[in-house]
Parts: sequence; C-alpha cells; structure tokens
Amino acid sequence: MTITAPQKTAPASPSLQPTGWLRYLSFSVDHKVIGLQYLVCGFAFYLIGGAMAGAIRTELLSPVSDFMARDVYNQILTLHGTVMIFLWIVPVVNGAFGNYLIPFYVGARDMAYPRLNAVAFWLIPPAGLMLISSYFITGAAQSGWTAYPPLSITTPATGQIIWILSVLLLGGSSIFGGINFIATILKLRRPGLKLMQLPMYCWAMLGTSILVVLSTPVLAGTLIMLSFDIVAHTGFFNPGMGGNVVVYQHLFWFYSHPAVYIMVLPAFGLVSEILPVHCRKPLFGYTTMVYSIMAIVVLGLVVWAHHMFTSGTPPWMRLFFTIATAFIAVPTGIKFFNWLATLWGGRISLNSAVLFSCGFIVNFVLGGITGVALAQVPFDVHVHDTYFVVAHFHYIVYGGSVFVIFASIYHWYPKIIGRMLDEHLGRLHFLLTFVGFNLCFAPQHWLGLNGMPRRVAEYDPQFELVNQISSAGALLMAISTLPFLWNVIASAFFGAIAGDNPWRALTPEWLTSSPPPVENWKGDPPLVTHPYGYGTPADEIDLNSASGSDLWRSGQ
Amino acid sequence: MLLVLGGLWIGQNINLLPVDASANAPIYDELFRVLFSIGTILFVGIVGLILFSLVRFRRRPGQLGDGLALEGNLPLEVFWTAVPAIVVLFVGLYSYDIYERMGGMVPLGHGNHGSETVADQRVWGGIGSTQDSQTATTAGIPPFPIEVTAMQFAFLFHYPDGDFISGEMHVPVDRPVSLRMEAKDVIHAFWIPEFRLKQDVIPGQPTVLDFTPTRTGSYSIVCAELCGPYHGGMRSSVVVDSADDFDTWLQSNRKLPAAEA
Repeated sequence: MTITAPQKTAPASPSLQPTGWLRYLSFSVDHKVIGLQYLVCGFAFYLIGGAMAGAIRTELLSPVSDFMARDVYNQILTLHGTVMIFLWIVPVVNGAFGNYLIPFYVGARDMAYPRLNAVAFWLIPPAGLMLISSYFITGAAQSGWTAYPPLSITTPATGQIIWILSVLLLGGSSIFGGINFIATILKLRRPGLKLMQLPMYCWAMLGTSILVVLSTPVLAGTLIMLSFDIVAHTGFFNPGMGGNVVVYQHLFWFYSHPAVYIMVLPAFGLVSEILPVHCRKPLFGYTTMVYSIMAIVVLGLVVWAHHMFTSGTPPWMRLFFTIATAFIAVPTGIKFFNWLATLWGGRISLNSAVLFSCGFIVNFVLGGITGVALAQVPFDVHVHDTYFVVAHFHYIVYGGSVFVIFASIYHWYPKIIGRMLDEHLGRLHFLLTFVGFNLCFAPQHWLGLNGMPRRVAEYDPQFELVNQISSAGALLMAISTLPFLWNVIASAFFGAIAGDNPWRALTPEWLTSSPPPVENWKGDPPLVTHPYGYGTPADEIDLNSASGSDLWRSGQ
Repeated sequence: MLLVLGGLWIGQNINLLPVDASANAPIYDELFRVLFSIGTILFVGIVGLILFSLVRFRRRPGQLGDGLALEGNLPLEVFWTAVPAIVVLFVGLYSYDIYERMGGMVPLGHGNHGSETVADQRVWGGIGSTQDSQTATTAGIPPFPIEVTAMQFAFLFHYPDGDFISGEMHVPVDRPVSLRMEAKDVIHAFWIPEFRLKQDVIPGQPTVLDFTPTRTGSYSIVCAELCGPYHGGMRSSVVVDSADDFDTWLQSNRKLPAAEA
C-alpha cells in the first residue's frame, strides 16, 4: 500500500484543486495562483485608491474646501494612504511577484508553507473590504494613515477601530508571507544551488522578509495599544491620562520607515531581473548588490526617528538619525550605479519593461536626492509635513515601486498568460504615466518649500495655479491606466502567442511552458547556477564591429 | 566639469524659497543652495547617463548578439561606494554645522550663545523652561516672551507683558522672541515658512521655540500637523513690526490697568 499510494495520488493531486478560472477564486495552494490573486486583487485596490487620489486632486483644484466636506476629505486621504500602502504596493511587490517567482528561482515546486500562503492572501480581501466599507457604514478613520494620537483617539471611534482591525489583518498577512519567503529561500533551494547563485530578487525578498518579520509585530502591538486607548480608555498615548504621544510616533515609525524598504527593496530586486534580460548583459556587480541589500536592511531599522525631527527629539538623537539616514544613500547608490553599468555597453531592447525600469531609475534618483536632503535636520525642520514630503515619498513609492510593478507586468505577462502584450500600447502607457507623474508631483516640491502643508483641504490662494498643474498631471495618470487595462485584457485573448521564452532569458521561470504547469516543471527543476550568464565574452567580440571603447572597457 | 559648473550655477541662482525673515533663515538658505547644487549635479548626471546609454546601446534592427559579458569591476565599485560616502559625510557634517549655527544643538535647559544664533531647542515642562526664557543672549536683550496656545483650530497668543490675548502674533524686529507653546487637544505644528521654523506643539509637552525676526512684514503661520477637519483652515499671521510700531501695538492692547495708568 505504501508503495502504490504515491502512484495513485500523483495524477489525481491536481484535481484536488479547482481548475479553470474558478481556481482564482478558491483557496488554492498553488503559488502561481496565489501570486495572481495578489496581483489582481492589489490592482483592484489600486484603482480604488487611485479614484481617491482623483478626489483629493479635485478638491485641491481650488483653494477653498468646496468639493467635499472637510471630514470626508480627511477620511479619503486616510483611506488613500492606507489602501495604496497596505493593499496595493506591499501585497503586490511582495505577495504577487514573490509568490509567483520565488519558487521558480529556488527550483522548488511550491512555497514552503502552501496553506499558510493561501491564508495570507485570503486575509487581504476581507480586510480591504472592511476598510473601504467603513466609509459607507460609519465613516472611515480620519486621522491620516499615521493615526497619530491624540487625534486618532478623539476622532469618531468606530472608523478608527475598523482601520486598526484591517491594518492588523493586513500586517498579519504580511508576516505570514515573510515567514514563508524566508523558509522557502533558505530551505527549499534545489540541491546544488548555492545562495550566491540565486537571482537578485531572492536576495531582495530575503531582506524584505527579515524587515517584515522584525518590524510588523511592533506596529501590531502599537495599534493594539492604541485601540485599548480608544475602546477601554487606557492611557498609553493619552496625555490627559499621563500617556505620551511621542512614544506612539517612535513605535509607529519603527515599522513604518522599514515599510518603505518593504515597498522598494522587492522593486529593486525585480529591476535587477528585468534589466539584464533586455540589455543582454550580466547584472553588474552581483556581490555588491547582495551586500547593499543587506546594508539597507540593517540601516533601515535604525533611521525611524527622522520622521520626528520636529517632535521634540533630543539633539543627540537628531544627529544619530541624520547620519544613519543619509548613509542609506550609499548602498542605494551602489545599486543604482550597478544598474547604470548594466545598461552600459548592452544591446538594449527599448520595450515597455525597459522604459518603465529606466523611468523608475530617474524617478527614484530624484526621490533619493530629496530624501538625503530631508535627512538633514535643519532642512527637514522647514519642509517637514509639507507638500515637499508628499512629493518626495510619491517619487519613492509611485515613481519607484509602482513603475517597477508595471515594468514587471510587461516583463512577466508572457510567462503568466502565454501571450505577448502590445508594445505600442505599452509605450503609450509609459509615456502618459511618466509625463503625468512628473507633472503631478514635481511642482509639489515647490509648494512645500513655499508654505503649503500636507493633508489640507484648503490652502493659501497663491498656490492655486501650481495645484491645478499638479491636478492636471493626476488626470493624465488616471488616463494612462486605460491603455494599460485594455492591453492586459485584450492581449489575454488576442495577443501574439509568447512561446516558452520570448525574451531568451536564463532564469528558471522561463525554462518551462507559458503558462507553467502545476508544480512548475515537467521533470526535474533545472539547475541554474548563472542566472545572469548573458553576454559575449570579450575575446569573442568581432574586432571589426566593436568600437575602440568597447575593447578598452573589456580590457579593464 | 560642465555638469558640475552647471549644477553649481543652478543651485546658486535659481531660488525656490520664499523670502527669509528670521535670523536663521539665511543660514538655512545656505544649506539649501548646497544641497540643491549637489542634487542637480547628481540628477542631471544620472539622467544624462541613462539617456546616453539608451540611445547609444539600443538594439539596432538586425542585431541579435548579446552585449559585453561584464560581470563587475571592483575598482569601479569601490569608487562609487567611496564617493557617495564622502559626499554624504560632508553633507551630514555641514548640516550639523548649520544646525549648530541655528542653535539647535544647545543642550536642554541652557541658554543661547552667540549673537547670531537662534535657539531652536525644545524644552520640556519642568526642565528649566522658565530659566531658559529668562536667559539673556550675549547681545544683552532678553528674549521677548509670548505664550502660544494651539487648539482646534486656532493659535492664541498670550502676551505676559500686558496680559492680553491676541489672535494675531506681533513681534518686534531684530529682537529675540521666545515662544512658550502648549497644545490643548491634539498635536499641532507651528510653522512660519518665511522663518524656516517648524515645531510640533504636543499635548502634555510644553515646548519653547526661540527665534529672531529680521524683516518687517506680515507672514503666515501655518499648522502643519493634521489636527482635524479644519486643519487646512488653521492659519494665522505674524506681523513683524519695527520696535516703535511694536510698542504702540503693545500699549494699545494692554489690559485695563495699563490703560488707566
């Protein structure tokens, strides 16, 4: 019996799971199904969060509060931040691409804990629906996504409690995912595959998951204390009862600054996968890329108080956090220079995936420069909590992470669906997004420097014109979604057949059919020890076609 | 080279900031120009490099081969680790110096030093806030005290010298002012863009903010921390008067005992 059982269950096991499109609505344990569930669910919330951004920009067309009630405006901005962070970027750059790609990259047939994986995903839709429905039922939270007490204690309690519950659920989902990624990357590697042979996205996810597991529980504890303050009238953060509101800020930012790296490190990893394939060159400086990810993880945990330079932090603390924050620029800079060196001397296909990746580099460099500036206490004291900060972090999370999400969709769509996306629509999408994004957020730097605080429904009339320019950019960003949506829907039915490996890539997910079968490969997983083994070695270059500088560089 | 010069020129000559109206604002602007120059050089350089690479190394029709198999280059890696590290260290030390000149590094409970400094320090209630506001600067002028109360959704200014409350802040030019701030309900932030000053006003944590206005005129006071539905409307203004105008204003608002006398 013990001998025959595997033979009998092996062909039957796929049918234990629903097949066809219904499996995407089921408690499937297939990592590819879960990855797609994360992606589509995240994108739906992106559209909702985007509609909220549209409402905010409409309100800001005029200096007076005329489009919606003031408390509704605060609810919308709170929901916009929460949805975009916890329901779109974090689940998609981690959950969607992590689940889809990591098992391929380590040569496994699924994640380490498939059921936990499904649980982690299925926490998200109810949490998201609960959060958004709170707006219609009781009125949503209105204290910003930071929920600083005492404001969060004094605003209507029901909305705030629902906000806390849904963020707790989403944080739980994130922790489950993080544990799963760490276990998969460290324990499920195909025999013979060494850590330093893994594709860069695995390293990025390892670093991210460490941050998730270390810092998300702190947020959870903090929010539980906050909910006690609201419901049970305890006094952790209530100054009227001897509590300290600054303690909340420390605890909150202990998670929420690493959260920035939870949103951008996976994006760094994805770009490191996309660029070498389309540049036909190895990823430049693999080892330094790995070390810089780990340096960002370590530094990212000790910079949180730079969000609190105006909150009465003692001078020594300001000095320490300034230096620590500014030094994150060093490992981040290494990564950017390595990508530039990857581009240099390549045979770059200028397709949508590359354009979005390069758009990401441009935007993120600007966001990084303003970030180093913001780390300087005297600079921050002026622009803290202004539109300068709004511009800065949108350059990081939208110009950074969201651009990479789009680049990744253009890159992996042929693998996931088996059909190619339309390149013309893709380039149109890039053009509209890039122009719209910069038109929307670049002017906001000036607004912040000149005196417009963030989170306001009404502002000084002198800022009206620049706000209207910004809103026009937001409209362009909204329009840019249309060609993308049409592209992904129409190409699923009418796109050109992609074949197994349209990009001639070397990483393991391309060494199977498109879309891949359940359990990823027929037969043994391939052993890929050189995931970036592209390129012609220098001694094989045709001397007649190579330019002098090529030879000079290769001689180094 | 051209890039560096261009960046310096842009940093020094394009002004994105409002006018400076306090003693620490020009110091701040100095830092801003340095950061702006470095930022411009970096940004233009990197964008230029990307555009050049995308054009120069694009795949031409008919090219099927790969690029060069360059796996890495240790001297280059060391170079672009060391240079940003040095730049960042320089910027950090420079801003530390700027901050010290603004008076931000003054230890708690001690007075200001240097006539050009403006203390930006935070003092908690009970840790010598009274002592601080009475400490004379080296110029010999005691800071003019004003008590600021932040509440949803207004700032109130109480003048101990005259014992009256005003909705608009008047301060004398070229004289240190010491704000003793307190919040009644939630966190607010007291921001005067032209002074380049911002301080959170936190319930349960009385705070002192010192500055010296240097330019007469009327500037906005903005609340910069989300404090409720009318947060956007929580604005006030500060009027920097010449010494004479300020005295007149102070006298005309003085409470009855002074008026009777």
